[in-house]
Amino acid sequence: MARVVVDVMPKPEILDPQGKAVQGALPRLGFTGVSDVRQGKRFEIELVGEATAERLAEVRQMAETLLSNPVIEDYSVRVVQ
Amino acid sequence: MKIGVVTFPGSLDDGDAQRAVRVGGAEPVALWHGDHDLKGVDAVVLPGGFSYGDYLRCGAIARFAPVMTEVVTAARGGLPVLGICNGFQILCESHLLPGALIRNDTRKFGCLDQRIAIENNATAWTSSYAAGQELTIVLKNGEGSFVADQHTLDVLEGEGRVVARYVGDNPNGSQRAIAGITNEAGNVVGLMPHPEHAVEELCGPGTDGLGFFTSVVAALV
Repeated sequence: MARVVVDVMPKPEILDPQGKAVQGALPRLGFTGVSDVRQGKRFEIELVGEATAERLAEVRQMAETLLSNPVIEDYSVRVVQ
Repeated sequence: MKIGVVTFPGSLDDGDAQRAVRVGGAEPVALWHGDHDLKGVDAVVLPGGFSYGDYLRCGAIARFAPVMTEVVTAARGGLPVLGICNGFQILCESHLLPGALIRNDTRKFGCLDQRIAIENNATAWTSSYAAGQELTIVLKNGEGSFVADQHTLDVLEGEGRVVARYVGDNPNGSQRAIAGITNEAGNVVGLMPHPEHAVEELCGPGTDGLGFFTSVVAALV
């Protein structure tokens, strides 16, 4: 078994209203000194078997076709223990 | 003439879309997301709502519904397809139309009578209108902000593929105030506001939306 994490984030040039809402709430709670917040998604994927190069290529394909929308989002894939 | 209206789990406006099809002079045919055929319809409407609960991204899961495989193939072959609101989001996720719809810059769900201008009246869904004609129809969305890279926006504008633009204040932060676009062939149209809620005087802001449905009937005769 291998666990693969896919992080999906809005592209830097795309407005992130959710991140902005969180950023706006922080000072009201006394957390000052925050200049920006971006909100994304994290997928934890359990693979059957080892995280071979072929399986990771499959995960990248999942990320491109379903987990992210390449028009508005970037993704990264990493193996965790 | 038969026009299919797809119902996904979470669709809201399929009933109104069917009624608008009927008022527009065609026979509505209910299509189910799990269907593997389009029942011989002459055009398809993807209605508004929250397909699959808007999970992941609006339209992201609906794109892979069995019926969408048929819709994508048929649309590439020239079948007229109109995606309204969530339907527009599904068309973008399906890559039948460029760009994407993200959360409104206002961070609020907007619900209002919206003025739009029809800029391209040569599509299968807009021929009943005059170029430049202004309409008032309902706009109701939380994630209706149209975005695309600058090159794509320039191509859309250069090829006259902006079907409709918001008039007055930009209600949701859409780039270049774009309310609707079409594909190169003009058979696939995505529109954020809801013409199907404006086809009878009894309710809604008037009958300005009816032209979308009479246009496709005229195109198919």
